[in-house]
Amino acid sequence: MKIGLFIPCFMNELYPDASMATLKILENLNLDVEYPMEQTCCGQAQANTGCASEAEVLAHRFLKIFKKYDYIVAPSGSCVSMVRENYAQFLEGLDGFEHLRTHTYELVEFLHDIIQPKTLHVELNEKVSIHNSCHAHRELNLASMSERNLPEFSKIKNILNLVDGIELVEPSRKDECCGFGGTFCVTEEALSAAMGLDKVNDHLSTGAKYITGVDMSCLMHMQGVIDREKLPIKTVHIAQILAGDL
Amino acid sequence: MGHPELAEKFVANTKRMHWHDKALWFVREKRDLAAHGIDEWEELRRVASEIKAHTINNLDTYLLEFEKNAKAKGIHVHWAKDANEHNQIVLKLLNEKGAKKLVKSKSMLTEECHLNPFLEENSIEVVDTDLGERIVQLRAETPSHIVLPAIHLKKEDVGTTFEEHLGTQKGNCDPTYLTREARKHLREKFLKADASLTGVNFAIAQTGGVVVCTNEGNADLGASLPKLHIASMGIEKIIPRLKDLSVFTRLLARSATGQPITSYTSHFHAPINGGEMHIIIVDNKRSNIIANEDFRQSLNCIRCGACINTCPVYRRSGGHSYGYTIPGPIGSTLGASKDLRSNKTLPFACTLCASCSNVCPIKINLHNQLYKHRQNVVKAGLLGFQKYTALKIATWVMKHPALMDFSGKMARKIVPKIPRSILYSKVNAWGRKRELPDFPKKSFKELYKERKK
Repeated sequence: MKIGLFIPCFMNELYPDASMATLKILENLNLDVEYPMEQTCCGQAQANTGCASEAEVLAHRFLKIFKKYDYIVAPSGSCVSMVRENYAQFLEGLDGFEHLRTHTYELVEFLHDIIQPKTLHVELNEKVSIHNSCHAHRELNLASMSERNLPEFSKIKNILNLVDGIELVEPSRKDECCGFGGTFCVTEEALSAAMGLDKVNDHLSTGAKYITGVDMSCLMHMQGVIDREKLPIKTVHIAQILAGDL
Repeated sequence: MGHPELAEKFVANTKRMHWHDKALWFVREKRDLAAHGIDEWEELRRVASEIKAHTINNLDTYLLEFEKNAKAKGIHVHWAKDANEHNQIVLKLLNEKGAKKLVKSKSMLTEECHLNPFLEENSIEVVDTDLGERIVQLRAETPSHIVLPAIHLKKEDVGTTFEEHLGTQKGNCDPTYLTREARKHLREKFLKADASLTGVNFAIAQTGGVVVCTNEGNADLGASLPKLHIASMGIEKIIPRLKDLSVFTRLLARSATGQPITSYTSHFHAPINGGEMHIIIVDNKRSNIIANEDFRQSLNCIRCGACINTCPVYRRSGGHSYGYTIPGPIGSTLGASKDLRSNKTLPFACTLCASCSNVCPIKINLHNQLYKHRQNVVKAGLLGFQKYTALKIATWVMKHPALMDFSGKMARKIVPKIPRSILYSKVNAWGRKRELPDFPKKSFKELYKERKK
């Protein structure tokens, strides 16, 4: 099984630790992982801003680079959801697209659904608040949504429970958006920041030391609020917990 | 002003924003309890969405069936292609009877058609009889929510409004007192009315009758007292059979307020004794939406407001920030379909969190529609030069990995050296209320390459 590691563009530039943790988790599970050097960006920001022809160019690039892998794994729910939910408009019918669409996984769901590890040999004796980021939650279905009347589950909790000593909590509004929203974070700056502060305060009220989730973009946004307001909580990407890097 | 500017104003009053957010979240929680109390909830949603899809796809047949059956019951049926035609028909009907005073129950369609100002210009007194609607009418405002029109107001605001217009006790903002005073005031209006107008929640093709759901009984009183009853409906209000109604009544109130059913679910299947009943069926660009596959589902809406209550953007920006008759996700897609230029910021007043699509009792793909509208905004050249250029340049860089690596490297080198006063200047929207992330020395790619050596 050859895995293509897909690192979101901004994570490559700004979050090498969380990216490296992702690689480490997969390698520790003895998986054959490769990071294709020519990758840049999936085009999500363009697509979510309505720039379809720009997104299309990047979607074609992505397909060309990644279609040769058995699985494509990324430490980001929203970038994976871009490939899975929104690429069809640009790539439907092209050679390799159906494989790409059905074999691109977010890290946690890849572990949960495909690898199914029994243990990760890591420990964290801390209280951690789970951030259910919207695209992972409602597009990739990583956990049950509060809106729906369906059996409760959480792939994120199941995987985090493999970490010895960890205590998991959730904010009172467990799946309300944090207000990052891609370019929304600057075009609707006032709202975005207000939503971010509300969300951080909700996480804070759990008494957790860390906020963790599968999307660095939401975490970056909330960390921005935390640093500005000097709040006693810290965001970490889930990969850093699962890799035992804390 | 677009949504971002109006939202910023709303957000600036933090206390009030949080009060508004909590009031609506409370409604969302009540809805959750009601929805989770029914085992077959998801099945109901599926059936409802299929009935609506089928109806919209066969709308011509069902509309004509409805007209035939309504006429057979002695109800007059009128067709209006747009808001103007609708308003003219209402005025003509009123003038024919010499009616000068109209009582009106909740109807978002008449808001959409701007009926009130039109009738007032023509010397007709229009009184909104839904309590929330009456409050906003007295304040010369528009509803900020489709189910809870005065949700943006506190009881103190209502107190001062009633003091001014109804002569209530100064400083008394006790909700029970104010409601009783409103009831007295409205009772007078009902008794003196020459005609009534109601909205329509469901029009049943099979029976030729309409169903109106309210919690206050104001539609019933209006439709029963004066001799003339006009019911205005959009073409999409049709459901095929009487038995389909139960699917929707089970979903509507639970989704709207968490009630099992509205206090009044009134069926109007004939004029009252000695009276006349008229139904006006309005298109007002709905046909254009049917013709567009991307947005067709937005016509399946039953106006429960669940998508509005759940929307984290709406809860923190208020209904008036949308500048369109209907706020929230459903209003943003309908508004953009109707007039993209005037409503170009609405598809972006959304984080694409998808809560709306999952709370919707009819499973309307609301967030996907807003995503699609964004592409139309760009195609129409309405995105704004700066944003569009920035994304075009970014895309060009992203086509060239070496250039991307270089830009990243430069940014990581330079940004940490920029003085704070410049880095956090006005142009940095991110930095107004948030810190930028720390810039690392090396990218993941650089570390990966080094490791391989």
